[in-house]
Amino acid sequence: MPPQMNPNSGKPRAEGWAWFHRFGSPPWFYQFAARWSKRLGWAAGLLFVGGAYGGLVVAPPDYQMGDSYRILYVHAPSAWMSMFAYVVMAAAAASGLIWHLKLGDALARACAPLGAAFTLCALVTGSLWGKPTWGAYWVWDARLTSELVLLFLFLGYMALSDALDDRRSSARAAAILAVVGVVNLPIIHFSVEWWNTLHQGPSVTKLGRPSIDTRMLIPLLVMFAAFNLYFISALLSRVRCELLDRERRTQWVAEVVRG
Amino acid sequence: MADFFHMGGYAFYVWSSYGVVAAVLVYHYLSPLWRRKKLLEELATEPPAPQSKNAQ
Repeated sequence: MPPQMNPNSGKPRAEGWAWFHRFGSPPWFYQFAARWSKRLGWAAGLLFVGGAYGGLVVAPPDYQMGDSYRILYVHAPSAWMSMFAYVVMAAAAASGLIWHLKLGDALARACAPLGAAFTLCALVTGSLWGKPTWGAYWVWDARLTSELVLLFLFLGYMALSDALDDRRSSARAAAILAVVGVVNLPIIHFSVEWWNTLHQGPSVTKLGRPSIDTRMLIPLLVMFAAFNLYFISALLSRVRCELLDRERRTQWVAEVVRG
Repeated sequence: MADFFHMGGYAFYVWSSYGVVAAVLVYHYLSPLWRRKKLLEELATEPPAPQSKNAQ
């Protein structure tokens, strides 16, 4: 393992925060991310296979939507992850903005393309589900429109964080966009309650009466777990690239390159 | 088996959904691995950085 380099050396710091500083240390995180990205990637792969089998084979057809509802198993986790990725991105960007954490900005930049990918998956699978169910690939409904806005927020963040020559001002501008864009999240979440929309309400979190068969529910939960682990795995993998790129002039990167 | 692929008449919608998601997720899993490999090759051929005089 390469030697630890404390980016804040010289500044006084409390002992109790040592773990926090170690976590923020790029060389330490680079190695940590390597281990966990691989483990979580395998776990996610197994859960994907299990969830897809459960959702496509074991679960019975829906009494109204027939087999088309099986899109749910990729649609709902994609949509959920698109919002989760946004929360992680905004929080990481804010930590870079407020405390100048190096890792914060790297994490936020690594998050954005993944978040955009999940949003795209949610929109595409949603429209492939909408066509046989509602008769149209797209409607300008509150849920769909706010999810489309989320895609533009991710793309805007990516464009802005690359826009200026000075990396720090770029990161600042992009972080402000990310933080302001958080207002879109409750709009997406509550859109099905606030407005009269075509999009159906939640079927999993609805308490009180059972609204979904267990054989339908379990594959969905497995898929949610798979998407979450996949996200963390891919995120860690991307952060490693970000760290190598932006720390290319440091000793620890020279040591990584030498192998 | 044919029934399974037929998906009660929704084959196109169901299989395209799963296909798109699988393609996007596989791509986003592999792309950082490719990028890291390229970066390491690039850094190995790069002339030593100015700060590297501190290196042993």
